[in-house]
Amino acid sequence: MLKTRIIPTLLLKGLGLVKGKEFDSGRRVGAALQSIRVYNLREVDELVLLDIAATPAGARPDFREIDELADNCFMPMTVGGGVRSLDDIRDLLAVGADKVAINTAALATPELIRSGAREFGAQCIVAAIDARRHEDGRCEVFSHCGRTATGRDPVAWAKEVAALGAGEILLTSIDRDGTMRGYDVDLVRDVAAAVDVPVIASGGCGSYAHMAEVLARSRAAAVAAAAIFHFTEQTPREAKDYLAARGVKVRR
Amino acid sequence: MAAGLTVVVDYGLCNIDSMARALEECGAKNVEPTRDPRVVARADRIVLPGVGTFSAAMRNLEAWRLIEPIREASAGARVPFLGACLGMQLMAGSGAEGGAARPGLGLVEGEVVRLEPRDGDERVPHIGWNEVTARADSTLFAGIRDNADFYFVHSYHLRLADPAIESGRTNYCGGFTAAIEMPGRAIFGAQFHPEKSQRNGFRLLRNFLAA
Repeated sequence: MLKTRIIPTLLLKGLGLVKGKEFDSGRRVGAALQSIRVYNLREVDELVLLDIAATPAGARPDFREIDELADNCFMPMTVGGGVRSLDDIRDLLAVGADKVAINTAALATPELIRSGAREFGAQCIVAAIDARRHEDGRCEVFSHCGRTATGRDPVAWAKEVAALGAGEILLTSIDRDGTMRGYDVDLVRDVAAAVDVPVIASGGCGSYAHMAEVLARSRAAAVAAAAIFHFTEQTPREAKDYLAARGVKVRR
Repeated sequence: MAAGLTVVVDYGLCNIDSMARALEECGAKNVEPTRDPRVVARADRIVLPGVGTFSAAMRNLEAWRLIEPIREASAGARVPFLGACLGMQLMAGSGAEGGAARPGLGLVEGEVVRLEPRDGDERVPHIGWNEVTARADSTLFAGIRDNADFYFVHSYHLRLADPAIESGRTNYCGGFTAAIEMPGRAIFGAQFHPEKSQRNGFRLLRNFLAA
């Protein structure tokens, strides 16, 4: 049976890792390489590595750094941040990414998803969708690391990117990001129900119970979490024990 | 163990670094990623890794004149061959991902077809860790516990003309061939990514290097 994946997210900004909060902070949490080595030892299911400085700075991905990180990463790795062209995708795959996450560029040029899927296969094109829930309960997709409103509805946008060929959706709640208050379960539920491709729930995880909750109430294929692993004693392995005891199929 | 030249064929779409690094970690002494047909021709072992679409991969293999040296090397019994993920699919007679049906390397008889979900819980692409049920006499899976998890990321699978060469199977979308081994010849395929499958994947790569 296909296992539910528990995915640590590493936010990269220059040479260190940072912890985000509502997409707006830059607290350093140590060298990225060190984190990857630890996750290697722990044999985590997969990693998501996002360079949150690239797009706001108008920069391309830092291929050299990702190359170095990937050389030490013997687990599947999705890399995003600053991806704007087929060449960016090709170069990231060449240095060791298994999947490439595209966010802002897909909103500006949806065709990039289609051409990327055609050349590299749908399975390595991940559409990253960042959504913020407004006070009236409505959700809106934001680009540029959560800075720019797009007027798009996340469910409609998810359907569109899946139709264009995205093989997976990394769905992050901006207002839950870094708060450890739990996933935006309704957002995940609505998006996962609307598409046939796997959806990774992201943003807000503060406990194993939050993972269990989003998995019970949505059809997410995976849960991503950052703060819980970087700033607490909680580990991916314990998360799996907790989830397995509640009937979730995880790899152990 | 694993002396000689292990070539990782680079067809310009994929992640050759991870495979090359994993082979080194598994004891291969001389690993060379290459897109040079002359290097492929003198390989002692060939690994064809996999990301990309079938059509794009065959287009590049053809343009870079890599098809013939791969076919020739694996036609003799001398050079062990491992195709991983798309690399296994490329071993087929034909495939259609990324365009109209197009001939493959033709190392095994079969065709590459899309995974078809049986219900709403099965999503395509098939991404993540899933179990492989291996044949008891398998070379690739020797020493790996039954139904071990390997990492998959694919939308298509290889449907074999001769099921006897299947050495591993995964129960998803009605079941598909997860690994192949040609009897009496060191020709192998894995639909998953051994280089990303941690201890099980590394054991499988060591088994290949010892073949």
